[in-house]
Amino acid sequence: MRSRRLEEQIFKGLMIASLTLVLVVLAGIIFITIYKGAPALTLSMLTETPKGGYYLGKEGGIANAIVGSLYLGLGASFCALLLSVPVAFGLQKEYTGWRFASFTKLVLDVLWGIPSIVYGAFGFVVMAYFGLRASLLGGIIVLTLLMLPIMVRSMEEVIRTIPLELKEVSYALGTTRIETTMAVVLRQALPGMVTAVLLAFGRGIGDAASILFTAGYTDYIPRSLFDPVASLPLAVFFQIGTPIPEVQERAYASALILLLIVFVVSIVSRILSHRFSKHIVR
Amino acid sequence: MPHISLNNLSISYGNHKVLHEVSVDIPDSQITVIIGPSGCGKTTLLKSLNRLLDLNDDVSVKGNVLIDGVNTYDPKADVLSLRKKLGFLSQRPYPLPMSIYDNIAFGPKVHRLTQEQIVQQIRDLEGRSFQVPERKNGAMDVLVESYLRLAGLWDEVKDRLRTPASRLSIGQQQRLALARALAVEPEAILADEPTSALDPLSAQLIEKQFKFLRNNYTIVVVTHILRQARRIADYVIFLYLGELVEHGPAESFFKSPKDERTRAYISGEIS
Amino acid sequence: MKVRRFKDSLATTFIRASLVFVNAIAFVIAITLFMKTRPILAKTTLSHLLSSTSWHPLRGDFGFFPFIIGTLEVTAIAMILSIPVCLLSAIYLSEYAHGRFRGFVRLVVDILAGIPSVIYGLCGVIAIVPLVRILGQALGSPTTGYSLLAGGIILAIMVSPVITSVALEVFRTIPRAARENSLALGITTWEMVKHVILRSSLHGIIAAIVLGFARAFGETMAVLMVVGNVPKVPLSLFDPAYPLPALIANNYGEMMSIPLYDSALMFAALILMVVVGGFSLGAHLILLKIERRGYV
Ligand SMILES: Nc1ncnc2c1ncn2[C@@H]1O[C@H](COP(=O)(O)OP(=O)(O)O)[C@@H](O)[C@H]1O
Ligand SMILES: [Mg+2]
Repeated sequence: MRSRRLEEQIFKGLMIASLTLVLVVLAGIIFITIYKGAPALTLSMLTETPKGGYYLGKEGGIANAIVGSLYLGLGASFCALLLSVPVAFGLQKEYTGWRFASFTKLVLDVLWGIPSIVYGAFGFVVMAYFGLRASLLGGIIVLTLLMLPIMVRSMEEVIRTIPLELKEVSYALGTTRIETTMAVVLRQALPGMVTAVLLAFGRGIGDAASILFTAGYTDYIPRSLFDPVASLPLAVFFQIGTPIPEVQERAYASALILLLIVFVVSIVSRILSHRFSKHIVR
Repeated sequence: MPHISLNNLSISYGNHKVLHEVSVDIPDSQITVIIGPSGCGKTTLLKSLNRLLDLNDDVSVKGNVLIDGVNTYDPKADVLSLRKKLGFLSQRPYPLPMSIYDNIAFGPKVHRLTQEQIVQQIRDLEGRSFQVPERKNGAMDVLVESYLRLAGLWDEVKDRLRTPASRLSIGQQQRLALARALAVEPEAILADEPTSALDPLSAQLIEKQFKFLRNNYTIVVVTHILRQARRIADYVIFLYLGELVEHGPAESFFKSPKDERTRAYISGEIS
Repeated sequence: MKVRRFKDSLATTFIRASLVFVNAIAFVIAITLFMKTRPILAKTTLSHLLSSTSWHPLRGDFGFFPFIIGTLEVTAIAMILSIPVCLLSAIYLSEYAHGRFRGFVRLVVDILAGIPSVIYGLCGVIAIVPLVRILGQALGSPTTGYSLLAGGIILAIMVSPVITSVALEVFRTIPRAARENSLALGITTWEMVKHVILRSSLHGIIAAIVLGFARAFGETMAVLMVVGNVPKVPLSLFDPAYPLPALIANNYGEMMSIPLYDSALMFAALILMVVVGGFSLGAHLILLKIERRGYV
């Protein structure tokens, strides 16, 4: 009995230590980002684009990267949303046979797993084939591919939990598939779909490897879809790579801005999904 | 010609045959109760009438169901108008994820009723002419009110028509479901154990509604509660292990059952 | 009525087309990568590519062995460090912690899972690399700190929210009755965990690990920033390494200017896709099985 108690105590201790470690380390990541980033964060960082000599530590900011990331993130979220909503709806059995639906889900899971660098490489090859240069458009397309499986799978997960009976009562009124989908399924799944979009947005805006090849980097805010575009993750990456301390500090500030955007999106998604769940039937 | 008649209806899920050659005519303007122990195929039978079974994977249906003389399972059959003809109440009430008002208005809106059709529908329902209020959706407002009154729910919800229907109690939700079904002007109502999720008082209200509606609608109620069947049935269908054992007018069915299994079931020996 | 039907069939067609489209995307990606690797496979054999250690793109000499080893080792270190810690954390959250605390930690972990990888990389440069440098000196193997170990540690931190939250979810699918029945026998919570929880969620734990593995195996930026990027087979934890994703990311600029280089990099991408795709597939099938059975 004593040894059993002892074993229990030992493992419980180990567990508490593990959980503490996980939480402390992750808190450490946030702490470091804030601790290093906050002092370097100035108003001109947010509002100005890089001036001459910026990369030697002179005047300027990273407005180009902030705006660029927002363009990329919003553009790709929009495209991915347009594509993933019909796909997520289409995985219901009213639209697709069981076999094809499971096969598609499997494909989506594989797509989800594909590393973003592979999407980047693929995008680069395709763009080279069509003679496209690194541009906002290229970045948006690749990020769309990256976001698509994330969005579809999380939407589908919500749609799947809708009870069949709920759809039955709607069909029993003589509605068509699309009427039931738009009136019942869409409303019921809306909170989950909002979360899915914002989750994918957060993923996309933080991803560097996929846009490294396809979006390029520039000191200017893009004027058209065919201009190259800067982004926050790449701003962090390039600036930390320079040997000049002032520039490195700007990497910290850029990281902090990126982190803040991601957190805000994450929190907003939780609030919105709560807001939209007013009519949800359980 | 009866509204609903089943001819040699057999249904299987995959290889599992759950209904065996059922043939029966369901009488008009009466309450027909389908009884039988759980798992005997009552829900399946009911959902075969309005083809809700189509939503399940690998269901196969043989034989036919005639609704107003039209075979439901004819590939050319118009499933949408068929379902519109048959109102449906599920075992547990499922309000649609919208407001109380929209739950009722949903059907008429989906079927794209014009202003005139709405006015006509209210007239038919109330049997009198009335004044359409001079505001946007005035006729729809009257329609919603009429059906909520018909289902005996109006007084309880008139002050919160715009709140989510999911906030109603279960009993109120079931009456809302009834009003919602009636609002598309069905000729028959199919109800699958409509009171099994409800408290006794709400159950009583629903039963009262059915008795009140039976003059104008053909009502089919599935139940496994014998006492409920005795209370409301005009006509009884007894299913046992997927087989139609016996059917007939309630009085003779309960007084002098012909089949041994019916007798055993009524006396509570099998359940 | 006609309009409604028309709308329905239009929408249905559109929806089905979009389903076909996503499947097509996957196949286009796979086929493109495959086609792009054909030139290099035509020139050398697959086994030479996989086993040679000589990497001289200008001479047309592409040996992927150091990169493959680098990827495997970084991933292995990450998994060894994170699996026990994450599983123990998940068990604690699932079996010992109060519901409210569990909900709170789950929320925190979910939010943390969304931290972009460059931020992990940055923190690696700031904190982990110097730490590894000090450790290396203390253990008598001088190092810049940009090393296999640093990469492994950063990856371990990165995948920990993933593994913890999937494992927690798997544990929570075990019905309460299974717990009550075994605790009623008078065993301790840990014994219940050992004999009931772990055993019946084995598949789910494997799925959680596989998902973490897939994430780690293909991770680019965070690793790239701390791992040193020297195309040699690392001989110790403190040696630099050069994983495949970093190889692609660092060299895309010259991709088009050296013959066969693009094909070689696409070969790297193909390896990543096949390995990660395969593992995601495995995790998918396992999780599907769990879902079907309810639990276990
Ligand atoms: N979707 C389904 N798939 C497979 N079998 C089913 C399905 N629904 C019901 N069954 C089976 O059909 C039989 C009849 O079910 P049901 O019609 O629901 O019975 P009841 O409503 O009388 O309880 C049962 O044996 C049940 O297991
Ligand atoms: Mg039933």
